[in-house]
Amino acid sequence: MAIKAQTEAPDAAATVVSVRDVWAGYDGTPAVEALTFELPAGALVGLAGPNGSGKSTLLKILLGLLKPWRGRVEIFGQPIDAVRKRVGYAPQSEMVDWDFPASVGDVVMMGRYGRIGLLRRPGADDREAVARALNLVGMEGLAQRQIGELSGGQQRRMLIARALAQEADLLLLDEPMVGLDATSQHDLLSLFETLQSEGKTLLVATHDLSCVAACFSHTLLLNRRLVASGPPNEIFTPEILSEAYAEHLLLLPTEGGVYVGHHGHG
Amino acid sequence: MADVWGWFADPLEFEFMQRALLAVALVGVVSAVVGAFVVVRGMAFIGDALAHSSFAGVAASFALGTSIYLGALVAALATALGIAFISQRGRLRFDTAIGVLFVGMFALGIVIVSRQENYTVDLFSFVFGNVLGVSWNDLWLMAGLSALVVVLVAAFYKELLFTAYDPIVAAAAGIPTRLLEYGLLVLVALSTVVALQAVGIVLVIAMLVTPAATASLLVRRLHLVIFVGVAVALVSGVVGLYVSYHAEVAAGASVVLVATAFFIIALLFAPRRGVVARWRLDRVRNDRLERAVP
Repeated sequence: MAIKAQTEAPDAAATVVSVRDVWAGYDGTPAVEALTFELPAGALVGLAGPNGSGKSTLLKILLGLLKPWRGRVEIFGQPIDAVRKRVGYAPQSEMVDWDFPASVGDVVMMGRYGRIGLLRRPGADDREAVARALNLVGMEGLAQRQIGELSGGQQRRMLIARALAQEADLLLLDEPMVGLDATSQHDLLSLFETLQSEGKTLLVATHDLSCVAACFSHTLLLNRRLVASGPPNEIFTPEILSEAYAEHLLLLPTEGGVYVGHHGHG
Repeated sequence: MADVWGWFADPLEFEFMQRALLAVALVGVVSAVVGAFVVVRGMAFIGDALAHSSFAGVAASFALGTSIYLGALVAALATALGIAFISQRGRLRFDTAIGVLFVGMFALGIVIVSRQENYTVDLFSFVFGNVLGVSWNDLWLMAGLSALVVVLVAAFYKELLFTAYDPIVAAAAGIPTRLLEYGLLVLVALSTVVALQAVGIVLVIAMLVTPAATASLLVRRLHLVIFVGVAVALVSGVVGLYVSYHAEVAAGASVVLVATAFFIIALLFAPRRGVVARWRLDRVRNDRLERAVP
């Protein structure tokens, strides 16, 4: 078991996501253009950009739900179809039907379905994985809870737990911070760090720049094209930010860097 | 006592009543199982559309002298797949695709019927239902289709659940969601055909939606919605049939009305989601607010 765990553990130097000159869009209109980047294993990456900058589109491409018009996407060095089980996804909370008749345990168990396969029922190890995932996100004891009764922070953590139950090594999270109070945001961020320390690679889409600057080791700044990528303190310069956000941002140089405020409807 | 016993036992002396009871039981089970998905996915309009389009098949097989069930099945399946195809390829909204197709199919049925000389009685038993006229052959066919539907739902339950709850994440996890979407439409088509003769084209949608909707007010996990829905449908079927026998009213409509009555009771008195429970909860909250802010 120990040997197996070792061989499966992501190599620190390995590239988890490799995107080369990817173009994609809907109905002939490009949503992302000429994307090229790589993400190393174990990175905690903030995917930032204004609304409509292609963040969700990029996540769909990585998940293999949207075929690029051109370019190449490799996850763990392979096409997505070969490694689906290792890629977990938590959608935006507003995309989920919270009135659906299901308990927290039901939803997290869905993360196991791809592994269980057709015509088979969940077994003891699946229930164990669900309990472990709920434990990791701090929701132990809530398996029986109705999903409609969860708080905003619990909703996001449940969706992440489902991706964890899948035993994914790469987690794609779409706007998990939106609408959360400071405490829940803090809980979520410490969860990200816990997951990172377990060797997971996280790509977290967000339009909250102050959060990206503070919390992520690595940033992809998107505005249909990749405006910048690197550690936040290197790329959060007024020039780069105004290229990404154009008229949406108010930029004030301060001692330590740059103050970022949204103005207008941005 | 003898009267009460007689109320239940007397109708059973007639074989047509025994067959009718079996028929409403089969319809109840299969409609509630598929209906749970129809209710949580908001597919009621599709169910109604498939029932109405099957009229074209009923009319055609009546004109050709072939099996009415076969005709209804072909028409409902063709419409189900047509709806899925148009909405995926034709860039039309789903409900628009449904609206165009089902009215077209229903009109086709009317055109075929209008060319027939002696259609009235038999054909109208399919429009308004004629559970008392169900034959043993009909029953065997209904039982076969019901078994097929229940086995398919049981076999692919977890994939159907995942796709119903969260199709995008299911697709990302490698679940064949598009195939399952088509499959669910086929299951709805099959169950409308099972219910066709018992309750009639116009009322099929009630059997699909009402028991499952009642159950979803009472329990909050999908498999429980299915089980409670089946129970509600079975009780509605049996009670409705007895009421129709004793009150001498149309059987299909009587079954549907009993199911509707259960729904209204659940809507009002369901423990947490009912109107009364919510009203009381609001009042408790208001009281607390008033005490907190004098």
